[in-house]
Amino acid sequence: MSSKMQSSNNIAHARRTVQQLRIEASIERIKVSKASADLMHYCGEHAKYDPLLMGIPASENPFKDKKPCTIL
Amino acid sequence: MGEMEELRKEADNLKDQITEARKVVQDTTLQEAVAGTTLVGRVQLKTRKTLRGHLAKIYAMHWGTDTKLCVSASQDGKLIVWDTLTTNKVNAIPLKSSWVMTCAYAPSGNMVACGGLDNMCSIYNLKGKDGNVKVMRELAAHTGYLSCCRFLSDSEIITSSGDCTCILWDIETGTEKTIFAGHLGDCMSLAVSPDFKMFISGACDFTAKLWDIREATCRQTFSGHESDINAIGFFPNGNAVITGSDDATCKLYDLRADQELITYQDSGIMCGVTSLAPSLSGRLLLAGYDDFNVNIWDMLKAERVGVLAGHDNRVSCIGVSSDGMACCTGSWDSFLKIWN
Repeated sequence: MSSKMQSSNNIAHARRTVQQLRIEASIERIKVSKASADLMHYCGEHAKYDPLLMGIPASENPFKDKKPCTIL
Repeated sequence: MGEMEELRKEADNLKDQITEARKVVQDTTLQEAVAGTTLVGRVQLKTRKTLRGHLAKIYAMHWGTDTKLCVSASQDGKLIVWDTLTTNKVNAIPLKSSWVMTCAYAPSGNMVACGGLDNMCSIYNLKGKDGNVKVMRELAAHTGYLSCCRFLSDSEIITSSGDCTCILWDIETGTEKTIFAGHLGDCMSLAVSPDFKMFISGACDFTAKLWDIREATCRQTFSGHESDINAIGFFPNGNAVITGSDDATCKLYDLRADQELITYQDSGIMCGVTSLAPSLSGRLLLAGYDDFNVNIWDMLKAERVGVLAGHDNRVSCIGVSSDGMACCTGSWDSFLKIWN
């Protein structure tokens, strides 16, 4: 690659980088306090539906092998 | 080189602007915000099933949306679709290339996909007329290994590659719809947002990028990791992203605040994170590590609340079923385990 091609490639790459950074710099941001509160709220609202968090009673666990019962 | 110098200056200015803008909204930290929240009690999950059948290292697994089937990929050259309740093999699909690194189940349950060092993503139709599972499409365009793939539907799939790009494919025509370029290192992992409008990618340039699928643009870039990002996932509400890295930590980044909220690390953990999955509510983060274990983290308090120890080699993949009832781990020891 000639050095002219190389430097125009570098410039093209630098232009793309600046273009991308402009996009990323322009977004709207919310406060961390609000972001944290929303995450905490979501966890709180959905906790009772989370089997791995709440534990699964044996009778409702489709993966638990049912032991055979003996009637005495 | 006047223009080059100007561009470099503008880039540096913009980076400083972003850093400043992130600081401006940092009125607290997640750590402070959850100070009053009680730590989750110790989580102890048991192995309920062991899926035996692969003859070599398992590199990937993915749950089907029906919550009882899953697909796994091993370098024994097979994709196996398992009924996790009975441990029966529903399909055992021989692959053209045994160097597979990823697999995915279509949300419809009609197809599975895989790929690896062959640089291609192969799509298999599970519901063919004569009952045989055949290759439906071979998606070839990447110039590097296929590290991850995820279906958007039966007609679209997104792939990530060692060639530093991600591609959105039209499965019917077998062609690239959109190429997502921007990472400066191998793309290792991707995850699709719950609303299917965005996806995130983690790469060997130590960053995670958020992409708008239809606009075909990179919206945000997240830094902070000190080594390759191997695993990535969305928090269940789609507003935050979790990453796992060779730097032995996982991080939580909030999309709307555009910054890292917390790091999951422990001085006792010195090996890389290979895989991760949140529990249904997002309160638990299950992460697989090179030291053969899975650590379970309280996602809000960033403390370890459990360990899954049961594999005899690296845990390479992990997934939580869509109803949250079970976690599946896959390992280089050739077994998959179902825990809850």
